[in-house]
Amino acid sequence: MTSRIAHVEAASQSRRVCPHAPDRAAEFDWRGIGPQELRVGEDIPNIALSVKSLRKTYNEVVAVKALDVDVRKGECFGLLGPNGAGKTTTVEICEGLTEPDSGEVVVLGMTWASDAGELRHRLGVQIQETQFADKLSVIETVRLFRSFCRKGPQPDELIALVQLEQKRNAWVRTLSGGQRQRLALACALAGDPDLLFLDEPTTGLDPQSRRHLWEVVMQFKRAGRTIVLTTHYMSEAEELCDRVAIMDGGAIIASGAPRDLTASLRAGHILELTAARDSVSVDCTRLEGIAGVSSVREDDGKIRLQVQELHASLPLVLDELTRQRVALSNLETHSPTLEDFYVALTGRHLRDD
Amino acid sequence: MTRLAEILEPLVQLTLVRFREFYREPESIFWVLIFPPLLAAGLGLAFRDVPPAALKVAAATPALADALRGEELLEVRMLPAADAETALRNGKVVLVAERRPDGGVLYRYDATNADAREARMMADRAVQRAGGQVDPIATSDQLVVEPGSRYIDFLVPGLVGMTLMTSAVWGVGYTIVDARRRHLLKRLVAAPMPRSTFLMSFLVYRLAMMVIEAGAILAFGVIAFGVPLRGSFAALCLSCMMTTLACTALGLLIAARARTTEAVTGLTNFIVMPMWIMSGVFFSAQRFPEWLQPAIKLLPLSASIDALRANMLEGAGAAQILPELAILAAWVVTCFLVALRIFRWR
Repeated sequence: MTSRIAHVEAASQSRRVCPHAPDRAAEFDWRGIGPQELRVGEDIPNIALSVKSLRKTYNEVVAVKALDVDVRKGECFGLLGPNGAGKTTTVEICEGLTEPDSGEVVVLGMTWASDAGELRHRLGVQIQETQFADKLSVIETVRLFRSFCRKGPQPDELIALVQLEQKRNAWVRTLSGGQRQRLALACALAGDPDLLFLDEPTTGLDPQSRRHLWEVVMQFKRAGRTIVLTTHYMSEAEELCDRVAIMDGGAIIASGAPRDLTASLRAGHILELTAARDSVSVDCTRLEGIAGVSSVREDDGKIRLQVQELHASLPLVLDELTRQRVALSNLETHSPTLEDFYVALTGRHLRDD
Repeated sequence: MTRLAEILEPLVQLTLVRFREFYREPESIFWVLIFPPLLAAGLGLAFRDVPPAALKVAAATPALADALRGEELLEVRMLPAADAETALRNGKVVLVAERRPDGGVLYRYDATNADAREARMMADRAVQRAGGQVDPIATSDQLVVEPGSRYIDFLVPGLVGMTLMTSAVWGVGYTIVDARRRHLLKRLVAAPMPRSTFLMSFLVYRLAMMVIEAGAILAFGVIAFGVPLRGSFAALCLSCMMTTLACTALGLLIAARARTTEAVTGLTNFIVMPMWIMSGVFFSAQRFPEWLQPAIKLLPLSASIDALRANMLEGAGAAQILPELAILAAWVVTCFLVALRIFRWR
């Protein structure tokens, strides 16, 4: 077996200048590995995962309806949506853990019906809310999962990869939420997978832990591997994903590169105004008439305007508010994000965070 | 890595997980190692062999009382007729002897009470001897207390079978349902883990635990009470192994679909409790009616205990306990295959 594992010496050569991730993250280096060679049966060489007309119901509740998705090789693909949108069901069908009612799923050119054994070896899977055995240590847990795989990094390399060396011999019970997620990631990477499924990998984590995890995922992606992740953090999708699909009510309501989606808003900037508590209320229809303002939406006491050019529209907006005798308590502005796109699309926030 | 190592490594790792979960749980050590010998000690004390107690009888006249005292296994009280009647009714005595008007003796007792019948025989013999009867033939007694025929000898094989069954069924059932509840089972099958290897790890683990569990009780029985091990050691090991495998497979079947620990607890009780009672752990299964006997013999715990008793107390080898071993083997194969087929992996 040719070793796919670049050795620890690589770490000394590649001191990273990254403010967020400690450079220990570089110890396992995927750069020497490159994209997977093609194998027999892969008739669509650039597609890692292809889902067609997928449907799944649980006791007459439709979890997924008529879902179509293609994930390209080497990309990080995000499934976004609120709880209950059908993300987990979709991912678990792709992972071969749930049977669909109908539809076609082709993973790495194979199907679960005929190639389950081979597929298990080529996928890395992290499922939502796994609780590993409390009284096993980190290294024991990783060793267990590594023992199922015919190739992949050694247990200690996996632990270094997710920066859990300090906790190597600690019981799972003593780990924090972020450390548990990193352990789950290490187990998912144990077989050096071609395609990695991550189901809400950073839910409930603090920003620091989230960044740690992102760094490992990015490293994996840089090696040309494919990632499918679900999240309800828009910022996570923007950071990691080449393309995203937004799910709602069991169907995809929009998909594309995050940048393309936000660009489709045709808004150079988002302007958020909050009126002071004792102020008169804002007449939004008059704001809509201002040149350069493409949409006005009021929610949760905030008024959210999409504007083409901030420098041109802002004075006009402020003039109008003065005319209406509105007193502001706050004014913020940012470039459009996926969150803005989601709000524009559904009229709802995905999540308060 | 060679092919063999690739197959064995997951089994080794999964079995190690079982062991680690066991010895990192201090309570489990108590239940497995300390509890069964404690139980044996308690029962051994309670049912130790004591000389038969004298039977209490009442006599209505002093002469009759003197006559009855000739029998040493009768405890005789002189009571006036009315008091004797009361004592008989509330069980203070099992028999009352009275002088009949015609000079004979009247025994009043409850014929459905075995003690009373025995007292009647002894009392009558004492009365006849006092009246001058002489035994035509001289007899004498030699009392025997031999290891192998005491209650503790009966009990220890039963406890071995019961402990092996209980720990296998409970240990396996609870562990699996807990893993299912934590989504750990789902995570394991999402990995390239051979499913039968996962189930097999329980069989290997239980076999190893069997050595400790059965060993603890047998060692205690032999050292503390001199319980005999008359049969071949190989047949004893074989009986224990088959018991363990059958009960582990039964545990896998019980846990095959349950989603909550409450469900698996209820189901386990439902299956284990009747066997505790019917399979002859504490008292002989012969007490159950004749028509039930064939069914009782087919229970895994019955087969196990019958084999263990035959081996330990009657010196049976593997050939003599073949029917019991065959019953256990049938349980192993059936339960394991059905469990593998209906197992809920998520």
